[in-house]
Amino acid sequence: MPPRPICDAAAPQFTTGNIPMPNRATLLKILSAVLLFGSWEIAGRIPVSFAFPTFLESMEALYRMATDGTLWAAYAETLQPLIVGVAISAVLGITIGLWVGLSDFFNWLFSPIFIVMQAAPLAALIPLLVLAYGIGLTSKVLVVCIMAMPVIVLNTASAVRNTPESMKEMGRAFLASDLAIILKIVIPAASPVIFAGLRLGISAGFIGAILAELKITPTGVGDIITYSRSIADYPSMYAAIFSIILLAVLFLNLLEKTETVLFKGNQRGYVSD
Amino acid sequence: MSQTNAPPAGVGDLPESAVSTRSISKNYGAVEALRDLSLEFPRGQLTSLLGPSGCGKTTLLKIIAGLLEPTSGEVEVNGNKVTGPGPDRAFVFQDFALLPWASVIRNVAFGLEMRGIAKSEREGIAEHYIKEVGLGGFEQSYPHELSGGMRQRVGLARALSVDAQVLLMDEPFSAVDEQTRRKFQEDLLGLVANENKTFIFVTHSIEEAVYVSDQIAILLPRPSRVSEIIRPSGFRDKGADNIRRDPEYLDIVDQIWASLRTYVE
Ligand SMILES: Nc1ncnc2c1ncn2[C@@H]1O[C@H](COP(=O)(O)OP(=O)(O)OP(=O)(O)O)[C@@H](O)[C@H]1O
Ligand SMILES: [Mg+2]
Repeated sequence: MPPRPICDAAAPQFTTGNIPMPNRATLLKILSAVLLFGSWEIAGRIPVSFAFPTFLESMEALYRMATDGTLWAAYAETLQPLIVGVAISAVLGITIGLWVGLSDFFNWLFSPIFIVMQAAPLAALIPLLVLAYGIGLTSKVLVVCIMAMPVIVLNTASAVRNTPESMKEMGRAFLASDLAIILKIVIPAASPVIFAGLRLGISAGFIGAILAELKITPTGVGDIITYSRSIADYPSMYAAIFSIILLAVLFLNLLEKTETVLFKGNQRGYVSD
Repeated sequence: MSQTNAPPAGVGDLPESAVSTRSISKNYGAVEALRDLSLEFPRGQLTSLLGPSGCGKTTLLKIIAGLLEPTSGEVEVNGNKVTGPGPDRAFVFQDFALLPWASVIRNVAFGLEMRGIAKSEREGIAEHYIKEVGLGGFEQSYPHELSGGMRQRVGLARALSVDAQVLLMDEPFSAVDEQTRRKFQEDLLGLVANENKTFIFVTHSIEEAVYVSDQIAILLPRPSRVSEIIRPSGFRDKGADNIRRDPEYLDIVDQIWASLRTYVE
C-alpha cells in the first residue's frame, strides 16, 4: 500500500525562507499536525492492530457523533467535573501556592501534602473517594483536583520563592508596601512559572476527568469510550479520545494567549529568537 | 591645593551634613564587609565612593538607603536615624533592577505609583524624566528591547522622578558608552548645581570621580574603612570643558591612582 505523500506538499513552501515570523510558527504547527495525522492514517491502513482505525474513519465517526448530538450531550456531562475541578484547582492552587511560597510556616504545613498528592497513584485512591463521597459529581471533581492541584501549588510556590531578590529590594527602596511587593513584583515575576504550572495542571485535569468517568461511573466522553469499545466501534472510541485531546490543546492555547496579553514583557528571550 | 585629608567632621567651613554614617560595621556571616566606617555627606554636594571592587561600596549605599541593617553603627539622614527606606532617598541600582514585564514608562513611574500618585500625573512626570535621560520615544518599549546602557538610564529616570532629597547612585554610568557618559557627567554637574540635592555616587573611574565630585571618599579593601577624603574645589567653576585640562584635576587623578595602585598590585 503506497503511503500518500501528504507531507511533501508542505515541504517546498517551508524551504522558501523569508516567511514572516507568525506565519512560520503556524506553518510549523500545521506541518507537525499533518505529519502526525498522516502517520496515524498510514498506521491505520497497514493496520497496526484491528482495533486501530485510520484517521479518516475516526474523523467520520467524530462528524457523525457531532451531527447526531451524542458528542455534545457527552461533553455537557464531562465538562461539569472538569470545569469545576480545574477552576477550584487554579484558584485554590495559586492561592495556596502563594502562601506556601511566601511563608515558611505554610511551606512546612502544606508542601508535604501536595508532594504526596502528586506522587500518589490516583487509580488506587479512587475506590477510597467513592467510598467517602459516592459516585456523584463530588468524587469526579475531587479526582480532577487531585490530578491538577499539586503541580499548580508546587510550581506557584517555587516561582514565588525564586523571585529575584534585587527586584524586591528595588520595591522596598521605592517604598512599596508588603502587599504592593506581592501584587506588583512577586506575582508578575512568578507568572511564567505559575502559568507553566497551570498548563501542566490543566492537562492533568483533563486526564483526571476522563479517568473519573472510566473508573467511577461511565458518563459523558468516558461513556462513549467504554461503550464503543464494548461494541468494537473503534472509530467512535478514537474519535472521542481525539476530541478530548483537541479540546485540551485548544484550551492550553487560549491560556497561552491570555498570558501573552497579561505579561507582555515577560516573554523576553524565548519569543524573539 | 584645597584638599584636606582629615575627617571633615567639625571642620568649620563645611556645610552641614545631609547624611552621616557613624562607625558602621557590616558582616555577612564570616565576611567582614565594613568596619567602623564614619563619613559625612555635605548637603547639596556630590560625594563619590571610590574603591576596589568588592570593598563594600554597594553595601554602604544600601545601608544608607535602609535596605540593609548595619551590624553596628548608625546612619542619620537630615538628623533622623535611618530605620528603613524613606521618601527622602532614591536609589539607582548597579544591576538596574527593572521590572521586565513593565514598559519603560511604567518602570520609571514605579516609585510614584507606590507613593499613590494618580496615573495621568505620574506618567506626565515619568515622560519628562524619560526625555531628560535621552530615551524619548521608548516610553512603551520593554526592558528586554533596550540595550544595557538604555536600561541603566531607565533606572536613573526612575530615581530622578521621585524627587528625593538624597540620590544614592550605584555606578549609574557603568553601562553607557563614553560619549553618553561624558554628557551625563556634565548633566550631573548641572543637577548638583541647580537642585539642592545631595548625591552619593559610587564609581570605579578615578577620572569620573574627580570630574563630578565635591568630595571623594577613598575606601580600603575589606574590611572597608575610609582611607582618605579628597575635596577637589579649585576647578569646579572653570566650566565643563576646561576641567579635564586643569592641572589640579590632573594632580588629583594621579594622587588617587598612587594611593589605589598598591591594592591592585
Ligand atoms: N548578600 C551577601 N552575602 C554575603 N556576602 C556579601 C553579600 N553582599 C556582598 N557581600 C560581600 O561583601 C563585600 C562587599 O560587597 P559590595 O557589593 O558592597 O562590594 P562593591 O564595593 O559594591 O563591589 P563592586 O565595585 O564590585 O560593585 C564583597 O566581598 C561581597 O563578597
Ligand atoms: Mg557594587
